[in-house]
Amino acid sequence: MSQAVATSHVGWLGKLRVLFAVHYAEMIEYRAEIALWAIATMQPLIMMGVWAQAGESGLFSFTQIHIFRYFIAVFLIRQITIVWIIHHFEFLMVTGRLSPHLLHPIDPCIRYILMHLGEQWTRLPFALLIVGFFIFLYPDTLTGGAEGAAWWPGWLNLSLAVVTCYAAFILRFFMQYALCMAAFWHERVGAMDAVLFLPYAFCSGLLFPFEALPDALRDVLLWTPFPYMVWFPATLMVGGEVPMMRAALTMAGWTVFFFVLYRYFWHRGLKHYSAMGA
Amino acid sequence: MPTVSADNLCKTFHVADKQPGMLGTLRHFAKRSYRKIEAVKDVSFSIEPGEVVGFLGPNGAGKTTTLKMLTGLIHPTSGSVEVLGQVPFKRRPDLLRQMTLVMGQKQQMIWDLPPIESLRVNAAVYGIPEDEAKRRIDELAEMLTVSDEMTRPVRKLSLGERMKCELMAALIHHPKVLFLDEPTLGLDVNAQTAVRSFLREYNRKHGASILLTSHYMADITALCDRVVMIHKGGLIYDGSLAGVVDRFAPFREVKLELCNDADEATMARYAEVESIDGRVVRLLVNRDGLTATVNRLLSEQEVTDLTVTDPPIEEVIGRVFDDGDSSGAGES
Repeated sequence: MSQAVATSHVGWLGKLRVLFAVHYAEMIEYRAEIALWAIATMQPLIMMGVWAQAGESGLFSFTQIHIFRYFIAVFLIRQITIVWIIHHFEFLMVTGRLSPHLLHPIDPCIRYILMHLGEQWTRLPFALLIVGFFIFLYPDTLTGGAEGAAWWPGWLNLSLAVVTCYAAFILRFFMQYALCMAAFWHERVGAMDAVLFLPYAFCSGLLFPFEALPDALRDVLLWTPFPYMVWFPATLMVGGEVPMMRAALTMAGWTVFFFVLYRYFWHRGLKHYSAMGA
Repeated sequence: MPTVSADNLCKTFHVADKQPGMLGTLRHFAKRSYRKIEAVKDVSFSIEPGEVVGFLGPNGAGKTTTLKMLTGLIHPTSGSVEVLGQVPFKRRPDLLRQMTLVMGQKQQMIWDLPPIESLRVNAAVYGIPEDEAKRRIDELAEMLTVSDEMTRPVRKLSLGERMKCELMAALIHHPKVLFLDEPTLGLDVNAQTAVRSFLREYNRKHGASILLTSHYMADITALCDRVVMIHKGGLIYDGSLAGVVDRFAPFREVKLELCNDADEATMARYAEVESIDGRVVRLLVNRDGLTATVNRLLSEQEVTDLTVTDPPIEEVIGRVFDDGDSSGAGES
């Protein structure tokens, strides 16, 4: 008779390890495309050129070296926090390929997060090459030049920067994944990402350092989720000061909000799902 | 206790209706109209442990929609469904570990990686340890004769090889209940035969219940003793494969070989002429009048040979669906 039910001999760590390894292998297949994506997301380095001039003007409280470091940090954080699940989910939905994932005894969301991590690991070497090339051109960014201090945020700040960087990824992932749920009703949802990119770009610190903003506006923005996707980890990475407790709580609050939103619409969406094309 | 039980399952879809042309497009943009489509209407049946059931119906009959409800992918509009005593659309992991769905037109393999990688993913999500997964992969690959293809990218495999790998991915966790939606679609004859043999062996070895849809009657006749037929969303037959002929074909095929070339007008006086090829005539004769008709033929025509057979099952089922005949409904 049946040997049927495959009992769970493999723990969660074992499952995650295999899923990550396979999705990393999948992303390595697309390495050339991912390298181009790394280049295509160089806008922080372009903004660095713009703001470096402003730093030299003396109108702002930051120096050129500070701007260099900030936007290099932004560029690296951007590589880790790029989320494309909305486009992938739309593809799965319109082609009916979501159905096999729904029949697996594991939430598809876990798989999609690991796909992103696999993509990040493929992308990071290219991103580090770009950063290395920039530092080769402007070594003062690292050394601080004749009068400045070397770029070392300290172990604590560096550790917090890494943690908040991945927390920023999780926040951004669940924000986009909550939007993905609209695909259960309106299959094409990719355009929502384009709309969402506007507040993300302008309110996250991606295009300008928050020091350039008036205090009142900065205070308002700190209640939104966007600064915690870029500005918060970037500031920690350059050794700057942040309102740590407020930032951590606000970030956690928004992450929980988007997670709950996604779970709510996930359950409602599944009732509406027509397994189109499958 | 049945493995699968569906009770008065209904599914209605609201589908946007667009008229052709520019005006139709503008109307569709400004104000969409929707219509209801009753894809499945009051379908009830059950499947016992170890049973292999053919699920037949023409395109658009509601087969795939029914399968989607049985697997819990979509919620029924009304009615109830249970698989292994559980409601499938609650998607409880212990149920998901015991069933599978293979869709001939859809694939779950990762396109740019070798099949072995997708199989490792499936083994992991079903909690199968790596050494056990390797043993199962080797066993399944050997049964389906794709051992050499395990390390080639899926995109480089033939359709038949891909389908076999899909079956492996769907069965690596040794499910008790298999829902197979056209698993031999597009395969050549050899590959179809291999898949049928594999499914027969899997059923024998694991005692699995199988619900199989296929447009190839050879799949059904090779694997299923029982068939469920659905037409325009409603169940029209549930019974033995042999019983389909009795139910839907109240005629038998009489093959005659005459001394001289046959004339269609003359033969039509005896029964419906199925075909005439020189001296060989095939007639469809009503069962009730079979003896009388054969007697008349033998006495009035110069017959050198005569055989009486049931018409081919494919033909009977084809006629049922072509005619839209659901006269057998309710007798299931």
